[in-house]
Amino acid sequence: MQNIINILDKNGLIFAFLVVGVIMYLSFLVGKKVTNNKIPAAAIAISFGLFIAYFGKGEKGIAAIPAFSGMALLGGAMLRDFSIVSTAMGASFSEIKKAGLAGVISIVLGIVIAFFVGGVIAYFMGFTDAKSLTTIGAGACTFIVGPVTGAAVGASSEVIAISIAIGVIKSVFVTIATPIIANKIQLNNPHTAMIYGGMLSTTSGVSAGLAATDMKLVPYGALTATFSTGMGCLLCPSILYYIVQQFI
Amino acid sequence: MKIYGVAILAACYLVGQFIGDWFGRLFDMSGNLGGVGFAMILLILLNDYLNKKKLLVPETEQGILFWSSMYIPVIVAMSATQNVKAALIGGWVALIVAIIATSVCFLLIPLIAKINRIKK
Repeated sequence: MQNIINILDKNGLIFAFLVVGVIMYLSFLVGKKVTNNKIPAAAIAISFGLFIAYFGKGEKGIAAIPAFSGMALLGGAMLRDFSIVSTAMGASFSEIKKAGLAGVISIVLGIVIAFFVGGVIAYFMGFTDAKSLTTIGAGACTFIVGPVTGAAVGASSEVIAISIAIGVIKSVFVTIATPIIANKIQLNNPHTAMIYGGMLSTTSGVSAGLAATDMKLVPYGALTATFSTGMGCLLCPSILYYIVQQFI
Repeated sequence: MKIYGVAILAACYLVGQFIGDWFGRLFDMSGNLGGVGFAMILLILLNDYLNKKKLLVPETEQGILFWSSMYIPVIVAMSATQNVKAALIGGWVALIVAIIATSVCFLLIPLIAKINRIKK
């Protein structure tokens, strides 16, 4: 047994690939069989990740257990930011022009409003330092913007976990709510789909929500949502963090 | 070669980190200010430019797309290494922030959708 743990520990990153691969597979299975593809597999997988972190110890979650130390490398700041930057390949400035002024406004406003609404609620629920408020506000944008911002401003692991949870709940909420309220917000054309993507920012939630509403609208929403996520990674740890510091 | 794509991505990432770090010093704040966001903008600009010049071959693109397909698994690994026990104490915060902040954004969609229509 000790031998096995030694080998897994020495090859931490490789074992982490295996562990995450199995988690992804199980999540897709649960998403398909249990929720009939209604909840995005990404949201299930991240919830799964948060769930197993509970069995670890303190600050490092599951990585505190020797065999799982590689999870900290795979999920560390370097690989995380590297893979997030690569998602920008799904966006293009020539495409975004088609969304027009309203599209650009939605991309900025989606971030700013989620950030400040999230931050103000967190303030009234007992968080008082600028780093935590900024990270929670960023989590209200997406589960990517939250941890990227948290790491950049130096927030605690606990607050970063809350920001991921906010982003995951948002993704699931957007997925479920979209088909229900699509008619009320006239979400039946590419123009509104682009504004919807920009306002809600969460690419996984937006894609799954639009797929349940009208498959043809998915690329429009996903494009502005990707832009919005990038905008969040840009604004939250910089200008918005600066503004929060002026108030606190 | 796929490594060209990975190298392009690495270049955008590093330049973004430099810009973020530089901004951090400029405003005298700890940490990296928007480095990931700058890197994303750089990659979008470079992607647009290379596509226009027809310099981006699919093989090169694959090197970048591999990493973008890895981002959810990486986020899963990151979630698994957070201090979830402590975060659970603030569990209500997550639920309330997510629902209210998202609802406000939902409500504003019809208003913003009107902007272009008024201009027309």
